[in-house]
Amino acid sequence: MFSAKGVLGLRRRFTNHLFTAAAALASLLVLAPLFAIFGYLLYRGLGSVNWAFLTHTPKPIGETGGGMANAIVGSGLILAIASAIGIPLGIGAGIYLSEYGKSRYAQVVRFTADVLNGVPSIVMGIAVYGLVVLPQGHFSAFSGGVALGIMMIPTIARTTEEMLAMVPNVIREAALGLGIPQWRTTLSITLRTATSGVITGVMLAFARVAGETAPLLFTAFGNQYWSLKPNQPTAALPLQIYVYAISPFDEWHRQAWAGALVLIAIIVGAVSIVRVIAARHQVSHSA
Amino acid sequence: MDSSTPNPTPGLSRRIVTASTQGEEPEKPQQDSSQEKTRTAAGRERRIALRVSWRTKFAEHTFKYAMLGCSLAVLAVMALIFVQLVLHSRLSLHQFGFKFFVGSVWDPVSGEFGAWPFIFGTLLSSFVALVIAVPLAVGVALFVTEMCPRPLRGFISFMVELLAAIPSVIYGLWAIFILAPLMRQYVEPWLGKYFGWTGLFTGPAYGIGMLAAGVILAIMIIPIISSITREVMQVVPQQQREGVLALGATRWEMIRMGVLRNARAGIFGAVILGLGRAIGETMAVTMVIGNRPAVAKSLFAPGYTMASVIANEFSEATDDLYLSALVEIGLALLIVTVIVNACARLLVWSITRGTPSRSYV
Repeated sequence: MFSAKGVLGLRRRFTNHLFTAAAALASLLVLAPLFAIFGYLLYRGLGSVNWAFLTHTPKPIGETGGGMANAIVGSGLILAIASAIGIPLGIGAGIYLSEYGKSRYAQVVRFTADVLNGVPSIVMGIAVYGLVVLPQGHFSAFSGGVALGIMMIPTIARTTEEMLAMVPNVIREAALGLGIPQWRTTLSITLRTATSGVITGVMLAFARVAGETAPLLFTAFGNQYWSLKPNQPTAALPLQIYVYAISPFDEWHRQAWAGALVLIAIIVGAVSIVRVIAARHQVSHSA
Repeated sequence: MDSSTPNPTPGLSRRIVTASTQGEEPEKPQQDSSQEKTRTAAGRERRIALRVSWRTKFAEHTFKYAMLGCSLAVLAVMALIFVQLVLHSRLSLHQFGFKFFVGSVWDPVSGEFGAWPFIFGTLLSSFVALVIAVPLAVGVALFVTEMCPRPLRGFISFMVELLAAIPSVIYGLWAIFILAPLMRQYVEPWLGKYFGWTGLFTGPAYGIGMLAAGVILAIMIIPIISSITREVMQVVPQQQREGVLALGATRWEMIRMGVLRNARAGIFGAVILGLGRAIGETMAVTMVIGNRPAVAKSLFAPGYTMASVIANEFSEATDDLYLSALVEIGLALLIVTVIVNACARLLVWSITRGTPSRSYV
């Protein structure tokens, strides 16, 4: 090492340090907005999230107070419908790809799932508008759920496949060797072994669609009042944040920040659970 | 194998057969052993074995086809999206043809629809986003995989992951109230003063406009570019790095010759994937781009993108032609993103699961 300093040209050493510094600076620049966003969310949101915000419906323009209770519940309803559609189909597709997926057809499904992952969410919204809203004749929570549900399928399918593929073949063979049929092996042994990984994928997909606004604009549409029926226009947290953010009223801006804080708490909560599960999974594997 | 010789004690024979097949073919022990069983065991036992296998077969097929059905859902969703968009845009497809994409007048009142301002806005804002995001994202990926101290590694990648988890609408909210004022007061006057001569940074600084949209897009696409870049850089064999270092290269030279050169196709794929995200991103852009259908050269000027015109006008579109024009924009968006994503996927796939990268330096 001591001679390296002398041998290396000044220019080469300088370039090396320059690019190391540049990469470190890039990391700082990328992380800066993250801290800025979280900082402002806490700063503006914490003061506005209170009991009334969580339990009341919006007040008319000009009146202070009120909250987003109907939007929080509406989001829950839409996400429940989405999960009911997206999770079983996604996991099923993932099982097919991992356990039976050696064919050309499976390759096509993989590729389509990846491409589908990149299709803009607003396009999903238009498709569901044509598919559900137009025949039904009105906006509804159900159509919003369908839009978010089909967005979950490709993500869940691909992560499930990946997680199942990580299960060692020896475990499958052991089960089959005991005379357990293959379908039973897949469900009770392979899927069981990969449970935490599959849950990780599901939660990530959930977190992703929980914050989606664009596909809900003309499916769930939003609502200023309570709406608990799945075939009625329904409020959703991201939609409400959007409407309030682009409005000219300070009171609504305040509520938008509060809503954003609640939304991010839900999402970060989901992602953190995932991290904990994933960490535990890794430990159990190495042990 | 003693399976051909008749054995007076079936239980023993089964044990022997199972043991020998396990040794020979570890992939499908269950199938093999059942075959052996039917061939060797006595009549009563054979019947039982057959009945079990019939039931198992039925369940097996049911399960397999159920899973196949789930996988079909992926294809069905893709097909349904296409069919719906073509179906609901046929009015506008008929009326305007190719002119739709070059016309620059968007006037719902007189029924004239040209999508060029939106296409221009989408292209420009995505381009600005890429110019900002690519160096930063590759920088982060390099820092995390090659340079940073080990304890920091997990922290930084977790933070960048978190950036991807923030919903678009919250980016938009932040951009309206923090980023736009910042741009108006500090960044845009500064850019206008020193780079105004390029013509890109002229005119009044509103804060809201093409540049703000590009910046917020850049922040949003950095995570995907950097995570895929990291993925393809990790595939570069370790020997490659060691070899270059052994030749006396500095760390940066090792990265340039050993890592970047091998990973460049994958990084390119990651960049295209980021482009796909930027093109389709809706909410944050809609909130800060200004929403004016005009083609302006200056980045300070407000613009409009394909995704944001759909978001803003879709639920207000009253007549059929207006609606189908908006759906046609959606169709164009779909086709472009499908092509972009397909290219990117093929590039990334060829790196991460194909043969190890070519070993030349």
